[in-house]
Amino acid sequence: MAESIQAHPHPHGGPHAHEEPGFFRKYFYSTDHKIIAMQYLFTGMAMALVAGFMSYAFRMQLAFPGMHVPLYGLVTPNRYNTLVTNHGAIMVFWVAMPVLLAGFANYLIPLMIGCDDMVFPKLNRLSYQIFFLSVLVLIASFVVPGGGFGGAWTSYPPLSSRGSFSLTPLGASMWLVAVALEFVAFLMGGINFVTTAMNSRAPGMRMYDVPIVVWMIVVASILFMASVGPLIAGAIMLFMDQNVGTAFFDPTRGGDPILWQHLFWFFGHPEVYVVLLPAIGITAEIITVFSRKKLFAYKTVLYTVFGTGVLSFTVWAHHQFIAGIDPRMANVFTITTLLISIPIAEMMFVYIATLYGGSITLATPMLWALAFIAEFLIGGVTGIFLGASGADIYFHDTYFVLAHFHYTFYPIAIIGTFAGVTYWFPKMFGRMMNDTLGKIHFWGTIIPFNFIFIPLFIFGMGGGHRRIYDFTNFPELVPLQKYNVIATCGLLVMLVFQPIFLFNFFRSLFRGPKAEKNPWKANTLEWTAESPPPHGNWPELPTVYRGPYEYSVPGRELDYWPQNAPN
Amino acid sequence: MSAARPIANTRSAAGMPTGRLAVWWVIASEIVIFGGIIASYVMFRLSHDAFTAAAANTNTWIGAFNTFVLLTSSLFAVLGHKAAEEGNGPKAARMLYLTSLGGLTFLVVKSFEWTHEIREGFTITSSTFWSFYYTACGLHALHVLGGVIIMLIVAADARKYLELHRVELIGIYWHFVDVVWIFLFPLLYIAK
Amino acid sequence: MIESLLPQASSYAHRIDNLFSLIFWVVGFWFVLSEAVFFWLIFRFRKRDGVRAQYITGELKSEKKWITYPHLLVLVCDIFIIYGAITVWYQIKQDLPPAQQTIRVIGQQWAWTFVDPGPDGKLDTPDDIAKVNELHVQVDRLYHFTLESKDVLHSFSVPVFRLKQDVIPGRVITGWFTPTKTGEYDIQCVEICGIGHGLMGARIHVETQEQHAAWVAQNSPVSVAAASAPPAAQE
Repeated sequence: MAESIQAHPHPHGGPHAHEEPGFFRKYFYSTDHKIIAMQYLFTGMAMALVAGFMSYAFRMQLAFPGMHVPLYGLVTPNRYNTLVTNHGAIMVFWVAMPVLLAGFANYLIPLMIGCDDMVFPKLNRLSYQIFFLSVLVLIASFVVPGGGFGGAWTSYPPLSSRGSFSLTPLGASMWLVAVALEFVAFLMGGINFVTTAMNSRAPGMRMYDVPIVVWMIVVASILFMASVGPLIAGAIMLFMDQNVGTAFFDPTRGGDPILWQHLFWFFGHPEVYVVLLPAIGITAEIITVFSRKKLFAYKTVLYTVFGTGVLSFTVWAHHQFIAGIDPRMANVFTITTLLISIPIAEMMFVYIATLYGGSITLATPMLWALAFIAEFLIGGVTGIFLGASGADIYFHDTYFVLAHFHYTFYPIAIIGTFAGVTYWFPKMFGRMMNDTLGKIHFWGTIIPFNFIFIPLFIFGMGGGHRRIYDFTNFPELVPLQKYNVIATCGLLVMLVFQPIFLFNFFRSLFRGPKAEKNPWKANTLEWTAESPPPHGNWPELPTVYRGPYEYSVPGRELDYWPQNAPN
Repeated sequence: MSAARPIANTRSAAGMPTGRLAVWWVIASEIVIFGGIIASYVMFRLSHDAFTAAAANTNTWIGAFNTFVLLTSSLFAVLGHKAAEEGNGPKAARMLYLTSLGGLTFLVVKSFEWTHEIREGFTITSSTFWSFYYTACGLHALHVLGGVIIMLIVAADARKYLELHRVELIGIYWHFVDVVWIFLFPLLYIAK
Repeated sequence: MIESLLPQASSYAHRIDNLFSLIFWVVGFWFVLSEAVFFWLIFRFRKRDGVRAQYITGELKSEKKWITYPHLLVLVCDIFIIYGAITVWYQIKQDLPPAQQTIRVIGQQWAWTFVDPGPDGKLDTPDDIAKVNELHVQVDRLYHFTLESKDVLHSFSVPVFRLKQDVIPGRVITGWFTPTKTGEYDIQCVEICGIGHGLMGARIHVETQEQHAAWVAQNSPVSVAAASAPPAAQE
């Protein structure tokens, strides 16, 4: 029940004048949700460069084993393990999470629901500071004796619990601390996302008037919070095994390595939905605007999201089919895993149906949003092969798995990011990005992307297994080496096109044409604020009169109808 | 600039004041963390007979005394909340001080208990039972300590009739800390 | 399809390949259909002058059925796939047909040790043959294998058998296979086990009965010893 709040003409209360804060206070120590969002966004994008560079180094080694990789050097087996471990961990925890969840959540929630900031701004700032600390600890882990952790992002003990096994004891513990700090930062962030979205809605904004991306973020935060606890417990136990000499996961002294796997994947599976949900939320916002159409069956989307969220807690052991769990358990998990394809399929169908009857413009953000759907479909269907326990006997730990999850994660983390950034750039920075450069960057990214991972599906089908630094040691895989070369070439071409985005981004930041309040003619509340919005977002907070997707309403002159317009 | 509360903080479209919503969120996330440790412990216990033997060495009387201390401190927290509802800041603060005293007593008793156990040779690496014992109780003790610190801060404000709504919030947190102990006590001290 | 990349060399390899084909055609249908509809809609409803988008809520039954019916059909397809998956899984992982021979497989950082029971057919007797990174088996014989690890997690994988099983320290895990094609094939370790994980390749030699008998005779310590020792009376 919304109470009507008289908006303060001066949201901070009191007649005192604002002195403009200094540069440092404004950009590095702010409690403003928009600045904190920028901090997460820029940090996440910088970490993407780090993890992207790592993939360059190890893919060069895989295509041309033993070569001196330009700008890196020789990829020894030890360095190879460290590179793949950290590429994976960084992309999930330090790119996808901060950009999609913390970055866009922080930016969008107050603006889309019509309030002036998050409910706990200082806690918000603290969450970023802890996140930043986790980044520092992780980077530091690369330069300690022994080097960065090399036990894969899944960190299975006993390899990860004893330095004598992994040969990266310091790196392993620092990595664990960095991950734990990241978890704490996001638990804190979640407090703000959920309470603000649930409590601080503008007067008149009912539950079904909330833009779908806000709901997605709320559900993602709940999934994260409900799943990360056991892994935090597990991380504490693993840290103690590594440093105190306990034996939680040491089978020679009564421990159980499989317990870690359960704790990890109980979190790990919901985690993929934690990052998926914001990305498909962003996709929905863009598709509706650029097809000038209401989101098809909004309520159905909500129910499928809740259904997916609940089901996501019942599938985790499909990562462990052949791990030594009781074989009878596999039957339970194959059923739940294959059933979860149903709500996901429904979501895809709804998005495709939204296009029907639309008036579609292919601006850069829309290209990214549409590419998300086209590519994620591949990720989704290839998951079926892995969820089917019988087939997984063969595919587990092969490049088929890797190609599957890159066809889900890449759309989520990379395509989702580009979609969101190109769409909200005018609002965030008050300038327009160049659409032509945007399109060149788009095609130069999407086409090579497929050249990287389609060959890797085939390589996996032929038996190519994971976390191997040189496939020429395996006679059956030597004839398939050409797929490795194609994949690496695809990556190189893709990397060549990325500076176009960086150039476009930074040049537009300083020299782009000025953006008006609502360049895309969208309905949601953020487009009624200035570009960029000031501290406090609006001089007077808006009231809401309708849902967010009233596009092309018959009988109205304009084909959009902002949520805050009285009539 | 940052001392002022944003308007976002004062709305409650969900029907619950924001502070309370936030505390319940924190409690939920802590439940999952402790749930993970406790579930792991139970799994281990069910599959390793050696656990039951090791558990025989915890001191049920000390455990029971600490349970009594925590429950009593929770009672003071409830009285503090009642006082805060009535607007009686100084009384709420006094109740919170008594709650904190309970928490500190718990920690002092625990330190004596652990010193004794370590001297007897039951260290964190003695066996997996003891690893769980020290890890779970240690994590809990950290939450008791953190709770006491926050409670003292809230009490200092309450004495001056400031932020009285926070008395209820820290009380909710304290009850949670209590409930975790209510799970740990039977698992580690009674089931022998 | 997998068979175009790798031979099927075990009694159950074709089952996995058939399951793959089932899934391929079912999901392939949905994939092609979804992408085709998707791209067609983008083309058909591209912005044109004077044409306004339609106002469709998706809440009407006539609209919703376009989602509901396909998604029920997806459920039906899922049931077929679930059935296929569980059947194949049961045959390979739950069912344990009686063994004609048992071998022991030991994984460690970073090599495989294979212990053949030797001429007497029993493990842990003096005539056992232990080889590093070399496994010799006889075609058309049903083997049980027992997996052990000396240190960290490893995983025993024979792609041409379509077989895979993780190896856990502190446990002994049993599985089975029947080789159906002679030849020499790869064995892999498919669970990251340290810096030597990529060096834990081994080879499996599937031999005819004569070849295998000869190998056993030549390699068993007892028969080798007996061949070189003077004939002694046995008590």
